[in-house]
Amino acid sequence: MTTETTLRGALGGTPTPRRDSPRRSARARSVTSRRAGAPWAFLAPAIVLFVAFLAAPILYALYLSFRTEKVSGLGLGPGSRVEMWNGLTNYVNALADPEFLGSVGRVGLYGLVVVPVMLGSALLFALLLDSRRARARNFSRVAIFLPYAVPAVISSLLWGFLYLPGVSPFYWIFEQLGWDVPSLFSSRLVMFAVANIAVWGGVGFNMVVIYTALKAVPSELYEAAELDGASQVGIAWRIKIPIVLPSIIMTFVFSMIATLQVFAEPMTLRPLSNTISTTWTPLMKVYRDAFTRGDLYSASATSVIIALATFLLSFGFLRLVQSRAFGQEENR
Amino acid sequence: MRLTSGTKVAAVVATTALLATACSGGGTGGDDAADGPVELTFWTWTPGIEKVVDLWNAENPDIQVTVNKQDGGDPAVTKLLTAIEAGSGAPDLMQAEYQKLPQLVSAGALADISGEVSGDLAGHFPDGVWNAVTLGSDAVYAVPQDSGPMQFYYREDVFAELGLEVPTTWEEYAEVARAVHVSDPTKYLGTFSANDAGWFTGLTQQAGASWYGIEGESWTVAIDSPEVRQVAEYWGGLVEEGAIDNKPMYTPEWNAALNDGSQVGWLSAIWAPGVLAGNAADTAGKWRMAPMPQWDASAPATGNWGGSATAVTSQSEHAAQAAEFVSWLNTDPVAVQALVDESGIYPADIPASTAALADPPEFFANQPDFYELASQTAQTANPFTYGPNINVAYSAYNDEFAKATEARTQDAFVEAVEAVQAATVADLKNSGFSVNE
Repeated sequence: MTTETTLRGALGGTPTPRRDSPRRSARARSVTSRRAGAPWAFLAPAIVLFVAFLAAPILYALYLSFRTEKVSGLGLGPGSRVEMWNGLTNYVNALADPEFLGSVGRVGLYGLVVVPVMLGSALLFALLLDSRRARARNFSRVAIFLPYAVPAVISSLLWGFLYLPGVSPFYWIFEQLGWDVPSLFSSRLVMFAVANIAVWGGVGFNMVVIYTALKAVPSELYEAAELDGASQVGIAWRIKIPIVLPSIIMTFVFSMIATLQVFAEPMTLRPLSNTISTTWTPLMKVYRDAFTRGDLYSASATSVIIALATFLLSFGFLRLVQSRAFGQEENR
Repeated sequence: MRLTSGTKVAAVVATTALLATACSGGGTGGDDAADGPVELTFWTWTPGIEKVVDLWNAENPDIQVTVNKQDGGDPAVTKLLTAIEAGSGAPDLMQAEYQKLPQLVSAGALADISGEVSGDLAGHFPDGVWNAVTLGSDAVYAVPQDSGPMQFYYREDVFAELGLEVPTTWEEYAEVARAVHVSDPTKYLGTFSANDAGWFTGLTQQAGASWYGIEGESWTVAIDSPEVRQVAEYWGGLVEEGAIDNKPMYTPEWNAALNDGSQVGWLSAIWAPGVLAGNAADTAGKWRMAPMPQWDASAPATGNWGGSATAVTSQSEHAAQAAEFVSWLNTDPVAVQALVDESGIYPADIPASTAALADPPEFFANQPDFYELASQTAQTANPFTYGPNINVAYSAYNDEFAKATEARTQDAFVEAVEAVQAATVADLKNSGFSVNE
């Protein structure tokens, strides 16, 4: 019926159905309008949830980031606090804040440690599991993936125990061996203490992503390569890695975002050490400003800056590598 | 096709439900009290306080109090401030830690009940504690519930073994600390914890410091004062020479050190027996409590670490009845006895506490005069004023003293005091408070 109507319409006539009667035409129209409403009805729950729990809070945070609260006099008693517009002051202050810049620098260094180590190990494990000589494949896969299932707060508490020389079994062993191992909470090593937890928890997830991509590679490619005399390492290097490159790029973007947002690990380790400050990472600074200092306004501004930076870095990087990684697929 | 309109209705219902959930969840601040009893809600996290409130409800059919349990001091304050900001949803009665009071008063969350309580209420409490609920003014923003006077806790057996005397002055404390550490390099008399701002505040309170003050219509900040510097230099010196540990308290490592005897002492407060029983169960009966070491042995003093008060919120429509309940809860002998028995607190009220606290805590069964001694020390607490941004000062303490304890130099400790002062004043000014420098 739809095709017919369209056809007639296209031929220039009014789109009247065949064997038409006034009653039927009215019903058809109402059916069409009801059909137009149906998708919205089905979308409504998702839209409501999206607006209520994502869009509205984001917009509200954006609104707050341009405002501030001013106190007068002693600030005691009602009416001594007034909320007002603050223009871009919160943003200017955040960008000029040495604590914020310090936290950004720290996270940059942290990313330089975490991302290559985590993705390198994930790729290595994925290739090993995919290699023909791998044994106990399922067990190994689960064993490597399992840490990802442990919440970051729990794993940080567990690792925190292992880092504290007074209670750590490792330090006890070092002591028995007569080794003098410095505390991982000393100012030089604390970065690695935090990075280790992130790598431990993140390798499994990234390995699964890359391993899944490897499984999708048709085995004819390997057979052909073997016939041409390629070694296993050669196959991995020249066939597997180039083919799974899009997955590696995706895991890289995910890891980059996770690095910018690192929070749970240092936050949990902080009370155990003297070397993790309350503004150790950008998100910890946001948390401190909002919930310790009660300054939602500057915390909102800092959050917006972090969100924009994450967005720009992710999409900038994707744009940069797009032509190289995905180009061959598009040209096919 | 009926589905369409049905779904629309469902969507509308779902939206309304969401909005309703978002908007509800408040308290019942203003009930109509024309007839029927006055209903008061009470936000508190004190364990077992329902039983104490039941005593009141049984005796006062006209003023019924409902307890609404909170998770703890910080989340309750955040919730209360949100309700104040929203204009409704606050309870009538609110438990608040002393250091949070200025922040709450500054946010307009608490009612001044000086007109509702009897004039001799002040006489029930040590000056240091009463000062915390008046902010040094004529107003009364809360009635003290419990306090945390500081004392020195030490391992009696280790002291006896090493032939050490209990230090009565800070000079002696330093000597004992050296002797303990020399006897066994893994042992310390204590640790300087950059994590516990309240602990350091108590130590400076003992030395006579008051971090804030009010001069006319302006705040003063005296964190960088001779008294605080004196305390910082003292501890910086001990940490620098290595006589005192520099690791934070309340870590698994510190708990283990208390339990295995690596930490031989603890400068703590009246609630220490509970912590020791939980963290160092193996050492039961080996600890003893003594008054704090003194700066001036002829004028014994102490500070407070912890404690809270009960306040009436500004949204309560029954401030008079609420104030009546608050006075009863914290000064009536029956109520205070119930608080001690049911909640295990150390009451701030002096007359009632002496009667209520006869037996020593179980962990200190070897010290029958535990509470007698505690009560003597409690009355020597120096006055102290907290300010409206003590949260900023505390978080600056965490960061600055963490750096200093890691650096392990006396100079770094003094620099940390200066940095905390600077951060606190800068924040006050930035918020618009009037500050006298």
